[in-house]
Amino acid sequence: MAKRETPEVNAGSMADIAFLLLIFFLMTTTMDTDLGLARMLPPPVPEDEEPPPPIRERNVFEVLINANNQLLVEREPMPLSQLKDAAKEFIENPHNLDNLPVREEIEVPIIGVIETTPNAVISLQNDRGTQYQMYLAVQNELSAAYNELRNELAQREFNMDYADLDTERQRAIREVFPQKISEAEPRNVGGGR
Amino acid sequence: MAKFKKKKGGGGQRINTASLPDIVFMLLFFFMVSTTMKEVELMVQTTLPEATELTALEKKSLVTYIYVGVPMRQYQSTHGTEPRVQLNDQFASVDDIQSYIIQERESMRESERPLMTVSIKADYDCEMGIITDIKQALRRSQALRISYSSRQAEDLTYNY
Repeated sequence: MAKRETPEVNAGSMADIAFLLLIFFLMTTTMDTDLGLARMLPPPVPEDEEPPPPIRERNVFEVLINANNQLLVEREPMPLSQLKDAAKEFIENPHNLDNLPVREEIEVPIIGVIETTPNAVISLQNDRGTQYQMYLAVQNELSAAYNELRNELAQREFNMDYADLDTERQRAIREVFPQKISEAEPRNVGGGR
Repeated sequence: MAKFKKKKGGGGQRINTASLPDIVFMLLFFFMVSTTMKEVELMVQTTLPEATELTALEKKSLVTYIYVGVPMRQYQSTHGTEPRVQLNDQFASVDDIQSYIIQERESMRESERPLMTVSIKADYDCEMGIITDIKQALRRSQALRISYSSRQAEDLTYNY
């Protein structure tokens, strides 16, 4: 019997396939970057300093979280899903209501004179027993409220998303809606051990 | 059809392995690129919480990490099962944070010191008590830029 020649698989294009896969993975994998909610802490208060003057109640949006991860917003229980819209309503005060922050005209570079609520402050208090995830979710919803308001304003003024604007326009928009989330000096709100 | 001839006899055919190195190199490159070096050996369990409004921490050299969570199983006999703070490679108490921050700040370039950011990598199930203590310690040591490290979530759907 004649010896049969073994057919060889052509491997010349194997390298091409390998490179194709390599490039595919290079493009699709994201580097493990550290993501997080950025915040600024207030500087420490000197002990002999006098307490700051009280803020008018209509300018404060009070959010309390107890040890059972329940929310009390402006003295009313509220599910987390409604917090963002309530915060937006408070910050913007679109219907100029008496119990929401005072609307004032301020002058902002680029945008010009605009009516907004410069004194609105969100006050956040949590208990020592609050779960970290819940606290962060609340922080997240409040950030989302500010981000949406800024985005809406950016769309109205510049027809662009806030994230796509240049730094000066972003600064102008931040001046209209400054993120003011104040956290009270820690104490037990209730239900903690 | 005539073109498909039935092969006679099994075995004996050698597949060319000249491209095997390519594949191996490809995998090597892939893993080299996609892995990030772990800076410290984690001794606490940190399942990060989820959030949607995230920002990325840009410069790694400006970031100092504080890990908070329940100690891993092999450390539980010596360090308990309550959430603990880990700084660098060892367990620490909240009182150690101040000296740790000062030490980290000293090791930075002077021009970068005001931009120092502290990333709190805490387990989602921690109680806020320990986080509040850490925040107070950070305020005392003038490290005011912080970031609550969390995972990107599509949508926060909660049952609360």
